[in-house]
Amino acid sequence: MKMYLTKEEERILAGEFGEGTQKALELLVAIGDAYDAEKMIPINRAHAASSGQEGDLYFVELLADGDAHCRVPTSTNPVYDIEYFHRLFTSIPEDEAEVARRVMEAYKRVGAILSWSCIPYMAENIPLFGENVAFSESSATPYVNSVIGARTNREAAQSALAAGIIGKAPEYGLLIRENRKGTHLVDVEATLKDEFDYTLLGYYVGKQIGYGIPVLTGISKRPNTEELINFCAMSNVPGAISMFYIPRFTVEAATIEEASQGDIPKDRITVTDYELRQACDELQTTSGKIDFVMLGCPHYTLKQVEEVARLLDGKKIKDGVSFWVCTSATAKVLAERNGYVNVIERAGGHVVVDTCIDEPCWIAYKNKVGMTDSPKCAYYRRFKEAIVARLQDCVEGAIEGKWE
Amino acid sequence: MKSLEIALKCHRIIGGYGEGEALVSHEPICFYLTEPETGIVRERSHELAGKNLANKVLVFPSGKASSVVQIDGLFKLASNNVAPKALIVKDVETVLVVSAFIAKVPLVDRLERDPFETIHTGDFVKVDAEKGIVTITKRKP
Repeated sequence: MKMYLTKEEERILAGEFGEGTQKALELLVAIGDAYDAEKMIPINRAHAASSGQEGDLYFVELLADGDAHCRVPTSTNPVYDIEYFHRLFTSIPEDEAEVARRVMEAYKRVGAILSWSCIPYMAENIPLFGENVAFSESSATPYVNSVIGARTNREAAQSALAAGIIGKAPEYGLLIRENRKGTHLVDVEATLKDEFDYTLLGYYVGKQIGYGIPVLTGISKRPNTEELINFCAMSNVPGAISMFYIPRFTVEAATIEEASQGDIPKDRITVTDYELRQACDELQTTSGKIDFVMLGCPHYTLKQVEEVARLLDGKKIKDGVSFWVCTSATAKVLAERNGYVNVIERAGGHVVVDTCIDEPCWIAYKNKVGMTDSPKCAYYRRFKEAIVARLQDCVEGAIEGKWE
Repeated sequence: MKSLEIALKCHRIIGGYGEGEALVSHEPICFYLTEPETGIVRERSHELAGKNLANKVLVFPSGKASSVVQIDGLFKLASNNVAPKALIVKDVETVLVVSAFIAKVPLVDRLERDPFETIHTGDFVKVDAEKGIVTITKRKP
């Protein structure tokens, strides 16, 4: 069955609005056909998980060269801060800078918001409850669906960009209410003290469920923003969790019945402190001397940058250890204004913007040992060995130069 | 002996025409785990390990792995002219559609008969995605 198309959509496909817009709609129609979508529906915003890889470059340049322009606000994922990294490391091949530069330039030409951040829902591009949107980035998709209650499918960078160009998306999957019902029950018996416990919980739940919509029960204390961000990001490292519920605390359902649309899931898992400890042990590939600490995967919020500054205030990072905090450009402006960046730099650390931990700019660490609070960072490891621990321990590791 | 030809209806996702020798995988495929210069599968535990995808009509259940690597993987194969000529799948998802679109490889699903029972490695297969027809010439016994 072919999708219904409006007169305007027919004209776009015939090329009347230029080749870039035509290509964007062709892709969306192909996706719609794959899922038997009946029609395209308007979206209010999009987030393109730009990556600086060749496939990404090809598509965004195809649209930019074809004069496509975003019809709705469309933000972008981090690549890397070209000037900062090439000034510091001569080992990064120049052609990598060339790809990154071209990608960033092409997103500018199509009129995207140059946020270069993986948490755009914090500042640059914030969905509203009930909005239809197209958000790629595996950690942003569940945040937008669950915490905010907007509706998005698990998009690829290119399908999200195409949706931003057209201002529409094919109607299928999580854009339809019936498909948003919980599929698994997760009884949380573990004590969740801080962000890192939510990191481990996310990792464990993603690994156990793989693909589905978990409904978490047993959580009595309201999770904060950073805890929810971590759950979203880490559940998509070993799994594909595009939506979840914590009844009462996430917006779309107050009870298990509501989250599962009356059809209470039979699949059920229990998470205790033991499972979280085990998940943590599984993430370690080494211990002892470390070469660097990498924080901000996903990008640190202003609050997390403040916490790093508080922990490093008056301290000195050990000679030979590098210390990195990745955050968004908007958060850094405020972190500078509040003096946090100064404190971190005085201790010997870097606060960088526009940068993802999975980019060629980190080539100097290829054979090094890194410590991070993010299993996602450890998974995409552009370094040799990883120690995964809570933020306080990462800071201590940086000061001591080792972690046992 | 006259070779047997079977024509089956299918559902077009990415249009175009491609023909070649069939290569059947019962396991999902990640295009990133192939050699971009040759199309040889380098995922050691995969049933197609060491086999070459280049210019084949690939029959497989679904894609796998993150969107970034999957899309980049098939794109690199296409840039080096070693992509499959067409893709026949059972379960399609967004990332696979985007991958085939960007690499300009015809992609079809919903064959009117189970592709894993009808098509075997070595058969000659023509995929006319525009018309929604897959034609299979059985390998001579």
